[in-house]
Amino acid sequence: MKIVVCIKQVPDTKGGVKFNPDGTLDRAAMLAIMNPDDKAGLEAALRIKEEHGAEVTVITMGLPKADDVLREALAMGADKAILVTDRVLGGADTWATSTTIAGALRNIDYDLIITGRQAIDGDTAQVGPQIAEHLNIPVISYAEDIRVEGDYVIVKRQYEDRYHEIKAKMPCLVTALSELNVPRYMTPGGIFDAYDSEVTVWGRNDLKDVDDSNLGLKGSPTKIAKASDKVRKGAGEKVTLDASESVDYIMSKLKEKHVI
Amino acid sequence: MDFSLDKKHEMARTLFKEFAETEVKPLAQEVDETEVFPRGTVEKMAKAGFLGIPVPKEYGGQGCDPLTYVMCVEELSKVCGTTGVIVSAHTSLCIDPIMTYGTEEQKQKYVKDLATGAKLGAFALTEPGAGTDAQGAQTKAVLDGDEWVLNGSKCFITNGKEADVYIVIAITSIAEDKRGRKKKNFSAFIVDKGAPGFSFGTKEKKMGIRGSSTYELIFEDCRIPKENLLGPEGRGFPIAMHTLDGGRIGIAAQALGIAEGALDRAIEYTKERKQFGRSIAQQQNTQFKLADMATRIEAAKFLVYRAAIAKATQKVYSVEAAKAKLFAAETAMAVTTEVVQLFGGYGYIREYDVERMMRDAKITEIYEGTSEVQRMVISGALLK
Repeated sequence: MKIVVCIKQVPDTKGGVKFNPDGTLDRAAMLAIMNPDDKAGLEAALRIKEEHGAEVTVITMGLPKADDVLREALAMGADKAILVTDRVLGGADTWATSTTIAGALRNIDYDLIITGRQAIDGDTAQVGPQIAEHLNIPVISYAEDIRVEGDYVIVKRQYEDRYHEIKAKMPCLVTALSELNVPRYMTPGGIFDAYDSEVTVWGRNDLKDVDDSNLGLKGSPTKIAKASDKVRKGAGEKVTLDASESVDYIMSKLKEKHVI
Repeated sequence: MDFSLDKKHEMARTLFKEFAETEVKPLAQEVDETEVFPRGTVEKMAKAGFLGIPVPKEYGGQGCDPLTYVMCVEELSKVCGTTGVIVSAHTSLCIDPIMTYGTEEQKQKYVKDLATGAKLGAFALTEPGAGTDAQGAQTKAVLDGDEWVLNGSKCFITNGKEADVYIVIAITSIAEDKRGRKKKNFSAFIVDKGAPGFSFGTKEKKMGIRGSSTYELIFEDCRIPKENLLGPEGRGFPIAMHTLDGGRIGIAAQALGIAEGALDRAIEYTKERKQFGRSIAQQQNTQFKLADMATRIEAAKFLVYRAAIAKATQKVYSVEAAKAKLFAAETAMAVTTEVVQLFGGYGYIREYDVERMMRDAKITEIYEGTSEVQRMVISGALLK
């Protein structure tokens, strides 16, 4: 069985987000980490590998320094790593990114592709499903549990108030939630091996069946008008009233704010 | 000369730091307060491969170098001196002598389990009457058929009751030199927990590193297989001294970590603590103290890393190890004492980590060779 995990190097937002004067992220000022949802996806792949036997390949698109995050994945136990990097791929939005990753994945065999649900620097949750669409394979998003049975993958898909258990024939793509598991630590020996391994580096010319008009900044329909840190919600207002008074109170508030 | 770390060592540090912050730091106060050995942490470290870092992969280890191991002890000790010494005693004092002097059978039988963390190791040289003067030891071993029979006791043994495998140094013969003076010949042995006649005495109540299990070991007609002799008969003393050279690098790393951990706390605290209308970090007295501590720590770090590299590249590294341990231990004591002073009254309160760090630092000037012993080793090399 062959599993591909798509990972991304993102700025660590734990200590708050820093911006450049032009509104873009100041990536240099923030520590770079493996996106948490992607890390959970990698852990899920490694557990499937331990249980059923599998070859786990990690792939990322990014600057040459994204090599670090691939080495981290190797140090956790991934078998192969691919870095897709090229000047013409820079400035990509979700469409151009998914086009690029799909173009790279057309070169390799896979039974299961796992991506994180979303990256903490963009929060779009679009790239995973778009890759599946480009490759014309089914997608199951928001996985909080992934199991493999024969040729099928069984996923517990999280909803706000319930979950779905979905069974799909592989090949298929699953997007993972960070709640899926607690990812393992790298091992010291794994780190040494990771730096002795080769990371495959691909550029634009290695992408299969993609058009230049769908790549990089030029191929990105999304234009960012403004970026901001998460707005912290206030504690809200707490009132203790009986049922009918509560309804009146809520109605008056909704009217006051012109919601109704 | 290049003082920068390569990428794999940088990443290893990231790993150790993350593990220490997540798994070790939250328990450090409790481990100290309750004096309970952190078994859960040891199991997690085993899983993460921290218990066999410099051991080749074919013996169950991680196949890394002594520098990586030293960085692990350093990062653990930044947040918990107890956890640092557990790894150090296990790796340097138990695995290392078996790897260096053991037969292939001994390596297969013992190192594999130790390096994967399935078993924990300890080392027993010190006796009630024999500390710095290790020649004063009384524990004896006599060959009886296919077994060695050990009698005597060892004290202050780190990982004492928690270990599974012990390196024990005992007298195997007494020879007379030309002038008729009696000289003890020691040998080294590998003793399994549970060997008949092997039991534990008092658990020591200590000033610092209170979660590490420090016990007296008692051997009463303790019988172990003949093949558990480690290295040649009569070579126990040089084996013990060489083992301690490696051990000192581990303790130097522990001391370095304690000093760095204390400085980290001081930087955080002095920025927050306000006196006379401004933070104490804005006062020059504090600034100069922080600068002196940081400079001294950096110097200690170079000595410790230098000793770790010497262990990887040189056959003999006694002087490098002695200098590293001497300077790092005295740095740990000086820095933690100064940091408690910067914290003022709060530094004396157990709720804050720095008083624990000061208590933990003291032992690094004493065990695995006191600072005085390190000075003897260093000056001995100068004057020979």
